Amino acid sequence: MPYIADEHRRPSSDELRARIPGWGADLDPADRPSVPRERTDLPTGAHWVIPENQPELQPRERSIEHAKLPPVFGTSAPLHGVSGVVRRYAYERFSEARAAHWLLLIVGDRIDVAGSRVRSVFEGQPDNPITETGIRAEFGNHPIGSRFGRGRADTKHAWIDPLIVIGPTALATVAVALIVRGLRR
Amino acid sequence: MKAMVYRGPYKVRVEEKDIPKIEHPNDAIVRVTRAAICGSDLHLYHGMMPDTRVGSTFGHEFIGVVHEVGPSVQNLRVGDRVMVPFNIYCGTCYFCQKGLYSNCHNVNPNATAVGGIYGYSHTSGGYDGGQAEYVRVPLADVGPSIIPDWLHEEDALMMTDALATGYFGAQLGDIVEGDTVVVFGAGPVGLFAARSAWLMGAGRVVVVDHLDYRLQKAREFAFAETINFTEVNDVVVELKKQTDWLGADVVIDAVGAEADGNLLQHITAAKLKLQGGSPIALNWGIDAVRKGGTVSVMGAYGPLFSAVKFGDAMNKGLTIRTNQAPAKRQWPRLLEHIQAGRLSPRDIITHRIPLEHIAEGYHLFSAKLDDCIKTVITTD
Repeated sequence: MPYIADEHRRPSSDELRARIPGWGADLDPADRPSVPRERTDLPTGAHWVIPENQPELQPRERSIEHAKLPPVFGTSAPLHGVSGVVRRYAYERFSEARAAHWLLLIVGDRIDVAGSRVRSVFEGQPDNPITETGIRAEFGNHPIGSRFGRGRADTKHAWIDPLIVIGPTALATVAVALIVRGLRR
Repeated sequence: MKAMVYRGPYKVRVEEKDIPKIEHPNDAIVRVTRAAICGSDLHLYHGMMPDTRVGSTFGHEFIGVVHEVGPSVQNLRVGDRVMVPFNIYCGTCYFCQKGLYSNCHNVNPNATAVGGIYGYSHTSGGYDGGQAEYVRVPLADVGPSIIPDWLHEEDALMMTDALATGYFGAQLGDIVEGDTVVVFGAGPVGLFAARSAWLMGAGRVVVVDHLDYRLQKAREFAFAETINFTEVNDVVVELKKQTDWLGADVVIDAVGAEADGNLLQHITAAKLKLQGGSPIALNWGIDAVRKGGTVSVMGAYGPLFSAVKFGDAMNKGLTIRTNQAPAKRQWPRLLEHIQAGRLSPRDIITHRIPLEHIAEGYHLFSAKLDDCIKTVITTD
């Protein structure tokens, strides 16, 4: 009978305890380490009030929602080139609340990718679309059996994915070619 | 050293990079012995997370051996075998003092919403990750823990994110005895969330996905009932039908930004990046949970807006709980579960590949070839 709360088809606790390893071991919320959500009695191993400042060897971009540069940060890929200009503008001008902040960062990402393609050629490590896409994993890993006859939802959009992924780059390439041709004339 | 390097959407390669240096007095350099590819790494791989820079190294699930320590490190020594939580955090800021390690305010200049995460774009602090032979571990006195001798290295690896996050997802559901729990997503985190729901006393656990091999794993590993959403006309109606038309008590979104199930959402979000992610799983969760129920979200979403059905959430009186997992808070209890035989996290690992073949590893996982559920990267 629908709409009656106690009509749920649930096995008894004893039945579940017998069937599921460890069933109910954390029934008491006290045994769930993140309950309550906020706790102030956890030792962390920190022996500072605030960590020492990591040296800022080159200007480090930061969100304008931070009052100052936090003491610790990553430096895996410092800003550089045109993408660096776009990204720096996104950080200096717009808070995280603004769509422009994130959209500019995405634009910076695309410029970064395009620039890195060209740079990699001059650095003697040109990008290789075969090895870098991992397409060789198709061999020996059931490329057809994994995809077809299984009702996968993602096969419905698989046909359009390459167009969407490669399309903007292709359009940009055509646009640049047209501009260059126009300038030559 | 060899390291995975991002070259743009759907493209990665292994490059020679300099071994990372001590950049802060409390840094350690860890020689990575095992790393994993996480489902959320695919968001980076697919170019979904803003400020993912070419040349960066991914990987926030890794274990290894301490290779070098900075002058202020007190709790680790060279040679220690350590597991490193995916969160980077200081331990003393306003948020860390409250145990909100994933929200540390002292480690991520690029954003304030999220703390630091290894190898997870500059949006998460710009740190290189562990899919490499060596990795810089900042604030080494706070994050890493020495791996107990009895713990299998692959179980330790799963503790660094997937297991801790899955367990956290169940915690966010505030499960009480007998609850009906629905988990969207049968990837590693969803499997661990489903298994954890039983530990917390769930009465029923239902896992929803569109990949049969993952649903089979959900039945075998997580003892769950399963629904393949491509085999039912409307998954929300099916879930209502199976819960006496009331809805589930708790829904866990273990899918995040690249949910399948709606072509328009997939194209505008996952492909064109016009939303922070396609919120299909989240919206199904809001619809499928009962009024007054709880929706737990630890599937990863990007910082842009997403078209979430918040009106329904408001009208149904839902509690929506979210966060990145504070992984290290879970470890003592998870170790007890593993030692007692209640959990064997490494059972979900399906593929092990050397670092040199990481491009193939990403493609394998992204394209869901060969019944791939979890891929581990070996560096030796």
